[in-house]
Amino acid sequence: MSTAVLTPAPDTHRGWRRLPLIRQLQQSVGLQRGMLVAGLVLSGLFLLTAVLAPVLAPYEYNQLRDPAGPFGAQQEPSSAHWLGTTVGGYDVLSRVVWGSRTALYVIVVAIVLSIFVGVLLGLVSGYFGGWLDRVLIVVCDAIYAFPTLLLAIVVAIAINGGQSSMWGGILAAAIAITVVYIPQYFRVVRAETVRIKAEAFVESAKVIGAGHWRIMTRHVLRNATRTLPLILTLNASEAILTLAGLGFLGFGIEPSSAAEWGYDLNRALADVSSGIWWTSVFPGLAIVLVVLGLTLVGESLNDLADPRLRTRRRAVASRADVAESPVVPGGSLAAGPGGLAGLEGPDEGRRFDQ
Amino acid sequence: MRSRAVNDVVGIENLSVSFATDIGTVDAVRDVSLGVAAGEVLAIVGESGSGKTVTARSILGLLPETALTRGAILLTSKDGATTSDVVTLSGARLGEVRGRDAAMVFQEPSTALNPVYPVGWQIAEGLRAHGKYSRKEARQKAIDVLRRVGIPDPEHRVDHYPHQFSGGQKQRIVIAQALVLDPGVIIADEPTTALDVTVQAEILDLLRRCRDEFGAAIVLITHNMGVVADLADRVAVMYQGRIVEQADVRSLFAAPQDPYTQQLLAAVPRLGQGVARTRERAAARPSGWQEAAPIVAARDLRIVYPGRLRQPDFVAVDGVGFEIRPGEVLGLVGESGSGKTTIGRAIAGLTKVTGGSLQVLGAEMNGVKEKAFRPVRERIGFVFQDPASSFNPLLTIAEAVAEPLVVHKRFPNAAAARARVDELLEQVQLPKAFGDRFPHELSGGQRQRASLARSLALEPELLIADEPTSALDVSVQARVLELFDELQREHGFAALFISHDLAVVDLLADRIAVLYKGRLVEEGTGAEVLGAPQHPYTQRLLASLPVPEPDEQALRRGAWERLRAAD
Repeated sequence: MSTAVLTPAPDTHRGWRRLPLIRQLQQSVGLQRGMLVAGLVLSGLFLLTAVLAPVLAPYEYNQLRDPAGPFGAQQEPSSAHWLGTTVGGYDVLSRVVWGSRTALYVIVVAIVLSIFVGVLLGLVSGYFGGWLDRVLIVVCDAIYAFPTLLLAIVVAIAINGGQSSMWGGILAAAIAITVVYIPQYFRVVRAETVRIKAEAFVESAKVIGAGHWRIMTRHVLRNATRTLPLILTLNASEAILTLAGLGFLGFGIEPSSAAEWGYDLNRALADVSSGIWWTSVFPGLAIVLVVLGLTLVGESLNDLADPRLRTRRRAVASRADVAESPVVPGGSLAAGPGGLAGLEGPDEGRRFDQ
Repeated sequence: MRSRAVNDVVGIENLSVSFATDIGTVDAVRDVSLGVAAGEVLAIVGESGSGKTVTARSILGLLPETALTRGAILLTSKDGATTSDVVTLSGARLGEVRGRDAAMVFQEPSTALNPVYPVGWQIAEGLRAHGKYSRKEARQKAIDVLRRVGIPDPEHRVDHYPHQFSGGQKQRIVIAQALVLDPGVIIADEPTTALDVTVQAEILDLLRRCRDEFGAAIVLITHNMGVVADLADRVAVMYQGRIVEQADVRSLFAAPQDPYTQQLLAAVPRLGQGVARTRERAAARPSGWQEAAPIVAARDLRIVYPGRLRQPDFVAVDGVGFEIRPGEVLGLVGESGSGKTTIGRAIAGLTKVTGGSLQVLGAEMNGVKEKAFRPVRERIGFVFQDPASSFNPLLTIAEAVAEPLVVHKRFPNAAAARARVDELLEQVQLPKAFGDRFPHELSGGQRQRASLARSLALEPELLIADEPTSALDVSVQARVLELFDELQREHGFAALFISHDLAVVDLLADRIAVLYKGRLVEEGTGAEVLGAPQHPYTQRLLASLPVPEPDEQALRRGAWERLRAAD
């Protein structure tokens, strides 16, 4: 027998290169890489702005005057107010910068509220099956039919009773999003769990005598999280859109308690027809860019996770130096009797799971 | 080596194929030159990853976009009128050549046919792509070709859908699809791997007729040396993307030149090798072992899978009785659907027993509660068929092997069990360092050895091995079987060895039980069952098994044909 074939390829992807995002970044080429980089840059800028808002913003979000006197309403962009001022007399740049903070809060709260419940329910439902599974699926299908924004309005009224504090507005948007997104996490994790439950390694854990809880946490859960990044980014962008929608409809946060892009857009409605462009363009741009950035990251992570969608560099001729390495990654014997099929086999996908 | 001749239908010259993958460019085929003469059967053999499939697929230009092909593949039409270089063809020109000059038969007949169209339509599709046929003519041609590949009542069955045919019939239809345009060469990629032995014999017979009656040359891709001996005229052995040896079938089997070919042939299990081993094992046992109480005893065992949506229940195992005594290896043989895996799973508590009695290490499995059975699990090891999926991809090998030790509280965690894990890895001849690797970093054979280590971690009294080597290459299989035998002798565990391969079971088992459609048709020692089979099914099974010896196989084929004619 050939010992050369049995020697597995040395693993060159240890250490920091294995970290998520960095590994995907190295893996990607061409358009996919462009999408991922653009998404990462946009999302990174958003995060930085939110964290450094006190440093970056020239004024407070609710500041109407400085020592020189009131800002004045609907002032054109100038050296004192780079992006002008709003109809209420706030500095547009400061409102946009501080608004990112509110957006980040709502993302974090919405994700934290939905991900744990959704994943746990999906795991239990998919693993045990039976009547619990069926009931949960029916409930989730019913929730899909729920209009998010209407729910958010109801929640906003219930929480605030008409007054809009910062956390009241954030919670209203986050809870509405949570209700709609728990079924999404549930569905994804349940589907993966059902698939993984049939894999031989789960059966082998059963044969060993491992308990249900151990199988669920150690063997199923970690293998079932492959598509979570995509849902996570969708969840985040949906949360921002709902918050903005609430603000736009007038159920949002008062300008004195926090900066919020939807509210500013709402106030800028009348300005558009009178030629005052700066009050609406910048908050609108902020919403579009952040949602775009998050969606780009999610989309490209999803494409990269799937070996069939992932584009690779073209094969290069004249590489005689690989002659002694196995033809199939992970040792040629890893492939089934399929030969070529083995090249794109389950190993490929598994590698990504690490 | 035989160079390209004038009347070759396929001429491959200096073919190299590289693939773009995540770890960079890998070469799948390197500088391969081959010729296939008209009406000749050329077998390309090699283990998985040797490049045999890639070579064959490149004849039809069927490689994915990530492939880079260099060299020339000259395809001549059957009448010798046109010759084209497939490597340079593209688009419509390639479509013209496919089907007309060369056709393909795929490995898995159940996925090669489209389930939503009648088979006649699918056969006619090839005709429509290559010329003008009226609906009636196309149908008539489809019926003709179905009759010629041996589908009974073709006038009627031409309108049936793929699910209405058995696996062997589906493969016949796939072959009919390839034959309908009367191509000069048929590429058959592992055409019998997914089929049972008895069906395999029928398909091999059909392929032989493809050559004799249709005059088509066949490029046969296979890893089964018995199939090669049965069908091939000439053999090319591939290893690591290169052709290491090319010879006509008799001289290759009689006097293999290349060391790799020699190893490959030596690794093929043959019937009759097991008798000496069985005697050895029996001699090593303490006297009176046959009187010892059996650790597994089945009586009238019945396992039924409930049917869904008004479909009748499926009886997987029907009234089976057998015993396994301590230290004994029982081989369970049968085709797919015979219920052999179900029995193994029932013993491990993975499938519910519906009727009769199954005693496993003192526990009655009919109506057993998981809680009551859990302590017994400690005494049972299980080796799964597919080494690729039986390891959690996120755990290292050491963690996976330590799992049973941790679950049964021998050690608090995987790190504490490391010393014992290293010891186990050593027993299965894996270096200690492999413990830190992830499953995908091991080859199939290595993984299956790690799987053995895991199943032996708790020193079980009973080991269930469900087709442990069927996903492995012949050369790797030989080593895993050798290891299994050694470990069995060393530890003295009883084992249920499930396999579809008679030769493999013969190698390891003390007694062999033959299952057919859920019933136990024959049981006895290897010498009894293989030497003088009583049941007609066992006789047919034995006669269908191709042996890796061309001349002997020709004789056996004659016997098989007589047996078939008698049916």
